[in-house]
Amino acid sequence: MQNTAPLNWRRFPERYLLRGSYCETCKQAFFPSRAICPNCRRKGKLISIEMPRTGKIISYTRVHVPPEGFKNEAPYYLAIIELENGAKVLSQIVDSDPEKIKIGAKVKKVFRRIAEPDEYGTITYGYKFKVVE
Amino acid sequence: MRVVIVGAGITKFAEHWNKSFRELIVEAAVKAIESSGLKGEQIEAIYGGCMASGRLIGQEHIGALIADQLGLNPIPSTRCEAACASGGVALRTAYLAIKSGLHSIVAVGGVEKMTELSTQAVSFALGGAGDQEIELFHGATFPSLYALLARAHMHAYGTTEEQMASVAVKNHANALLNPNAQFHKEITIEDVMNSAYVAEPIKLLDCSPITDGAAALILASEDKAKELGLKGVEILASEQASDTLALSSRESLTELKATRIAAQKAYERAGIRPSDIDFAEVHDCFTIAEILAIEDLGFFKKGEGGLASEKGKTSLKGKIPINPSGGLKAKGHPVGATGVAQAVEAYMQLMGLADKRQVKNARIGLTHNVGGSGATAVVTIYKRFKG
Ligand SMILES: [Zn+2]
Repeated sequence: MQNTAPLNWRRFPERYLLRGSYCETCKQAFFPSRAICPNCRRKGKLISIEMPRTGKIISYTRVHVPPEGFKNEAPYYLAIIELENGAKVLSQIVDSDPEKIKIGAKVKKVFRRIAEPDEYGTITYGYKFKVVE
Repeated sequence: MRVVIVGAGITKFAEHWNKSFRELIVEAAVKAIESSGLKGEQIEAIYGGCMASGRLIGQEHIGALIADQLGLNPIPSTRCEAACASGGVALRTAYLAIKSGLHSIVAVGGVEKMTELSTQAVSFALGGAGDQEIELFHGATFPSLYALLARAHMHAYGTTEEQMASVAVKNHANALLNPNAQFHKEITIEDVMNSAYVAEPIKLLDCSPITDGAAALILASEDKAKELGLKGVEILASEQASDTLALSSRESLTELKATRIAAQKAYERAGIRPSDIDFAEVHDCFTIAEILAIEDLGFFKKGEGGLASEKGKTSLKGKIPINPSGGLKAKGHPVGATGVAQAVEAYMQLMGLADKRQVKNARIGLTHNVGGSGATAVVTIYKRFKG
């Protein structure tokens, strides 16, 4: 992925604060933010909200062959997390006992560096999650 | 207006160090034209599937390139891109062009030249099939996205790594009988289980390879086929569905909804049921993908695909042979060519030309082509054409 500075800046609210959308018509939360509610389309009323910082793992994997920018991290855990408002997010799981990384485990958001600087020199930061006891 | 495949051609799938992108597509296209008995000047339009030539060989504008290299200027030539479903979308678009009545003879191509770059660079190019900003950004790779699907399926239905391995073993066994396959190597469950993890629970031998190759078809309207006395295979239905690029935005992680929807619509249009299908070429980019496919296509109940694979129900002599060609896993997966190559196999099987891998009494076949981790699915159903 090409992490140019403008792209990185545009994504600050989502990556730093886990900001997404909430549709006041159908009461569904979405992450990341979107312009149109897929349920209600033009009848939808989307507002920007900060997502809850906790959720649970609904699937996970341990990545052994990393893409560019993640060599120092590998092997690392990735998971799909269902947040408390029902929105889902893919994230790394860090600072956790591997035994406790399983489907159903409760997790909370932490703030970390994401990848090693690429050819654009941008250092990217954002959310990761850790298992809570 | 019915649509008939009247010719098919394919290159060997391999690491073609000595063949270029353009040589591959020309070879497949010439074979397809020759098998149809038509002449190049009878072709009215071209649709070509290609996923990532910009990244892989620095070349875009593939539609015009193909027409030029085939000596078919100035007919319209259009590239179709839907990640690994590019070939399936090209086939469906050509089918629509004839269905619409605008054209009566159309060529379909699919091509990818993947071995010019390092594995790392190819992985980056293929990553474009997923949601870059939301998922690849966080360190997701294609094996890891399918690993997340696999883990969810294992958790929900008790699917095992051995069951996934049995898919690879079966597809390698089928590829032994396919002279155009990339791998001619028998493997065992132990080989797969002992191969290194790429993204748990997916291991190296659960993955399809990096491949160069091309495939092509000639499609004709029913009237034209009758007029010219052409034999072939009729396309009974070709349906396509879309879903979110981001895996985390999907409603369910234990199915590919786009496959299920495209299949339902295709069965409806063809007026048949899953049990009427005699064989299928499905999109096994990873072994778990074949297990999901045989469930989502309705051949087995949700959750029973792993066990069915382990019990041999999908082998060449099983209840429903899946991937008689060897599939993406062992025939090879030149991404943009795959959807067209699947149709070439359906054509060969229904024409009785599949030699040692011939499915007995093959009357109706199905192909299933997926883009990325399921954001596009194309399901096409075929039957021998009786003029
Ligand atoms: Zn809504």
